[in-house]
Amino acid sequence: MQDPVGNLYNWLMGLLVSWGVDQAVSNILLTFVGIVVLIVLAMVLDVFLVWIERKVVARFQDRLGPNRIGPWGIFQPFADIIKLLIKEDTTPNGADVFVFNLAPILSLASVLLLWAVLPFAEVVFGVDLNVALLYIVAAGTIGTLSIIMAGWSSNNKFALVGAYRMVANMISYEIPMVVILLIPAILTSSMSMLTISQAQNKYWFVLVVPLAALVFLISAIAELGRSPFDLNEGESEIVSGFHIEYSGMKFGLFYAGELLHAFTFGAFISILFFGGYNGPGVAQMPILGVFYFIIKAMIGYWIIMWVKYTVPRIRIDHMLYFNWKFLVPFSIAILVMTAVMHKLLSGYDTPVYVAGMLVANLILGWITVEILRAQARKKRQTDNSSAPSVVELAH
Amino acid sequence: MSALQIIFLIAAAVILVSAVMVTLTRNLVHAALWLVAALFGVAVIFAVLEAGFLAVVQVVVYIGAIAIMFIFAVMLTRREMLDKGPQMNKRAWLAGILGVLLFASMVYMLSTWVGFNKLPTLMGETDTLALLGNSLLLQSAYLLPFEVASVLLLAALVGAVYVASNRK
Repeated sequence: MQDPVGNLYNWLMGLLVSWGVDQAVSNILLTFVGIVVLIVLAMVLDVFLVWIERKVVARFQDRLGPNRIGPWGIFQPFADIIKLLIKEDTTPNGADVFVFNLAPILSLASVLLLWAVLPFAEVVFGVDLNVALLYIVAAGTIGTLSIIMAGWSSNNKFALVGAYRMVANMISYEIPMVVILLIPAILTSSMSMLTISQAQNKYWFVLVVPLAALVFLISAIAELGRSPFDLNEGESEIVSGFHIEYSGMKFGLFYAGELLHAFTFGAFISILFFGGYNGPGVAQMPILGVFYFIIKAMIGYWIIMWVKYTVPRIRIDHMLYFNWKFLVPFSIAILVMTAVMHKLLSGYDTPVYVAGMLVANLILGWITVEILRAQARKKRQTDNSSAPSVVELAH
Repeated sequence: MSALQIIFLIAAAVILVSAVMVTLTRNLVHAALWLVAALFGVAVIFAVLEAGFLAVVQVVVYIGAIAIMFIFAVMLTRREMLDKGPQMNKRAWLAGILGVLLFASMVYMLSTWVGFNKLPTLMGETDTLALLGNSLLLQSAYLLPFEVASVLLLAALVGAVYVASNRK
């Protein structure tokens, strides 16, 4: 039970070779089988994420949610899928058909690409890339591309405006996210997801860099295009945004991609800051890590949902202002602070190191809050002095 | 023929076909998308050569930034995206000859290189990323030019902010 996936691989390899299949060919075959199994697991999880999302939003809005099909309505997603499959597949007039059909596929593929680098446990992972953090960013750019393709090829002004807004959102919030991704890389001197998880077997990075975890959560929500950053839709102005012209299963692919993306970012939060697969008993039984990993990723996903269904949408100028004038400088300050403190404290014992980093984070957070308060006070004063008084208005 | 060679041939074919399509298609957005396909093919070749870092950076920098910026530029600057004019002018033959000459001279220059006929030895399990970082950023290597380049980029950033701000 130490390495079930490796044992399974070796057993299948031996079986294929004993059947007379070439070693190299059977390696390629088994790799393909592994990819297919991983994608199938992701998609099956995705089906249930639809149910989870609907059930959780119902609870937040004081409703029951799906409760008719199966126990607790758990088979509702299958009814949804059948509905999506038998819906008419429409293509708008003047659409660029090839690009129009390629966009939803790329959208879901960009999320599935991320699953290649997720370490579910020390012995269960797709591939241990030494550039995994950059790989996440690269897969995200393909997602951005799919949105602009969908918006442009639909031949619909609402879709195009929605795509522009979404892309402005994603490109802007990519910057604080990339800066924050550098912080686990600094702490572990590695960009590999597996090394980052292994490095957290004593303490979680959220204790060392809580501010970075917070900024990562915010920029992840923005990157997902979820409320309060869901500017790609707006019922009163651009309806449902870039996927307005998609019907049936093509819309389903966008929707499935969005949900799986949210879960995957919950998983990234857990890997980068909450120890990934680490938990009690993992050293003796590595496969237990999968359980901890899924639990932590689900909690991350739940927090993203919690924010989504609690906070209302913000205006686009506020969104850009918040990113460029607050999050970007703030994340760079966190990066500089982490790099300096990590170098200063690296010679000390673990408790001193963690406490020192925590105090440094608290001080930086306090300074930030003070600066924000001073700015807000100044803005209030200028607003009050420039606004006409009630007496003037009455005359 | 090994699996790597097959992947290389497929990627090379994709790059060439998409690069030709970039110049042949009359729809500017399609040209940008073909360019993305060509750049992606280059990333695949980097990956085949075990240069994982370069492959990922290729996707992030070229496909992520340039392709999207290019699509933005195309869509924001032209109302009519279909180019209806002739695709070649009278001096197309001159450009053709120059292109062939350039290609021939590049092949000639490369053929004089000692490693032209040799297959490279694959790195195997070495951490190519650390190797790249060390050979680029050690103090004995290119640390100073690297830092100067980043200062230049910072200056460009500050300049852009200054130009864009409307405070006098």
